Amino acid sequence: MEFHGYKRPDGKIGIRNHVLILPTVACANETCRIIAENLPEAVSMVNQNGCGEVEGNRRITQTVLSGLAANPNVFGTLMIGLGCELNQAEEMSRIIRSKTNKPLEVLLIQEEGGTLNTLNKGIRIGQDFVRQASSCQRELFDISHLTIGMECGGSDSTSGLVANPVIGRVSDLLVDRGGTAMFSETTEIIGAEHLLAQRAASPEVGKEIFEIVERRESHLRSVGEDVRSGQPSPGNRAGGLSTIEEKSLGCIHKGGTRPIMEVVAYANDPKTKGLVIMDTPGYDVVSVTAKVAGGCQLIIFTTGRGNPIGNPIAPVVKVTANRDTFHKMRDNIDLDFSEVLEGRRSIEEVGNEVLEEVIRIANGKKTKAEIYGFGFTETVMSRICDYV
Amino acid sequence: MGEDVAPFPSRKTSIRRRLMMDKKINAILIHSNDNVITATESLQTGSVARYQSDQEIAEITVIEDIPKFHKIALADIQESDPVYKYGQLIGEAMKTIRKGSHVHDHNIASPKRKP
Repeated sequence: MEFHGYKRPDGKIGIRNHVLILPTVACANETCRIIAENLPEAVSMVNQNGCGEVEGNRRITQTVLSGLAANPNVFGTLMIGLGCELNQAEEMSRIIRSKTNKPLEVLLIQEEGGTLNTLNKGIRIGQDFVRQASSCQRELFDISHLTIGMECGGSDSTSGLVANPVIGRVSDLLVDRGGTAMFSETTEIIGAEHLLAQRAASPEVGKEIFEIVERRESHLRSVGEDVRSGQPSPGNRAGGLSTIEEKSLGCIHKGGTRPIMEVVAYANDPKTKGLVIMDTPGYDVVSVTAKVAGGCQLIIFTTGRGNPIGNPIAPVVKVTANRDTFHKMRDNIDLDFSEVLEGRRSIEEVGNEVLEEVIRIANGKKTKAEIYGFGFTETVMSRICDYV
Repeated sequence: MGEDVAPFPSRKTSIRRRLMMDKKINAILIHSNDNVITATESLQTGSVARYQSDQEIAEITVIEDIPKFHKIALADIQESDPVYKYGQLIGEAMKTIRKGSHVHDHNIASPKRKP
């Protein structure tokens, strides 16, 4: 199986051709937004961080921002800083350069002398990037160049029963063809970590699966949250879930059944192909942001109750097996799997078709989130504590 | 499919699919190794659960009432035997569970953890 993508100078293959206008700090957000709005194919994001951060948070911010700039769907990046922020543009440039050799330009608002001067120069640089980007041609590449992130949010009974198993099938098909499937949401693994560890490709990976669960549980315990006890909840039990293993498997089955090759740290690039797990919170936007920063060109997002989210850089394909939700939120949700729930199609059959649809989207077919422009700002980074 | 939205192009209705439509499917087998299926509607004692298995329609008579989205045993499960869903271990039987009966927290529990 093949798709038409854009070859980047760092060797990666993009399925979109965006110019990224990247704020180093919240103070540069609006300037970036205005620049991006004035350029076709340019995207920006809301960065709530970049200053007043402890070292651990600063590292997360830098990993996410540099990961987004290095995502293969990005042609090149215009980074806008304020000047005095903790997350200095010079250091950010070095980190981005360590990940990719794609076009990169930097402007500082204090150095340019205010918003209008920065906009003037920024739009000129952006225009040049867009012209260069628009001359890139799509070429044919093997499906093994795709890294797809599997996400679930706003779940209901149909998610664990149909939508996640269908996506699990897609994950298996992709892995079997040499591609990379990435699932995440460590807090939702709780209770099934021993089952996942049995699927680890090596004892080290198995150990890491236990470690990421323990780390997140103890982190949440330190602020008074106990995420394990009382699971499955009375509502889950009424819905037919009998054990915590069953509940967690309903979430993580979107990762399919293949061996787990690697545990990837938050927003980092996987080093291996095949099925990998990224250590993220369960909060969907935080998890999707990390996976895109980790190189996913496309996200498949299963929902039961419905969700509008997108992402500025990667198409987010939203799917549900809940027919009512599909019809109520048809401007947000791309694919309807309710025929599987009704027994008219099989999980395998629909999974195979979703892979074909993924190829069409990789080739340029737009997702609903892209058409409506949703996702322009839906980017949230994980945190370890409050601001300084 | 949706009224004005066709997420996937409809395909020619096969004989198999027509047969399936005649006899309504009301349960799902997620993985071929599973020993439980999940009802997609509530089922009364004595009614038949139909599910897809290996491109065929399989049937099992339920021997007690099954609420919507609850599990049904596909075979007799002996005490402390494993219960599989998603092709993976979701629990162990706390007592003998007869084929066609309701599988839930009254008769299965989390499997014992290996150290």
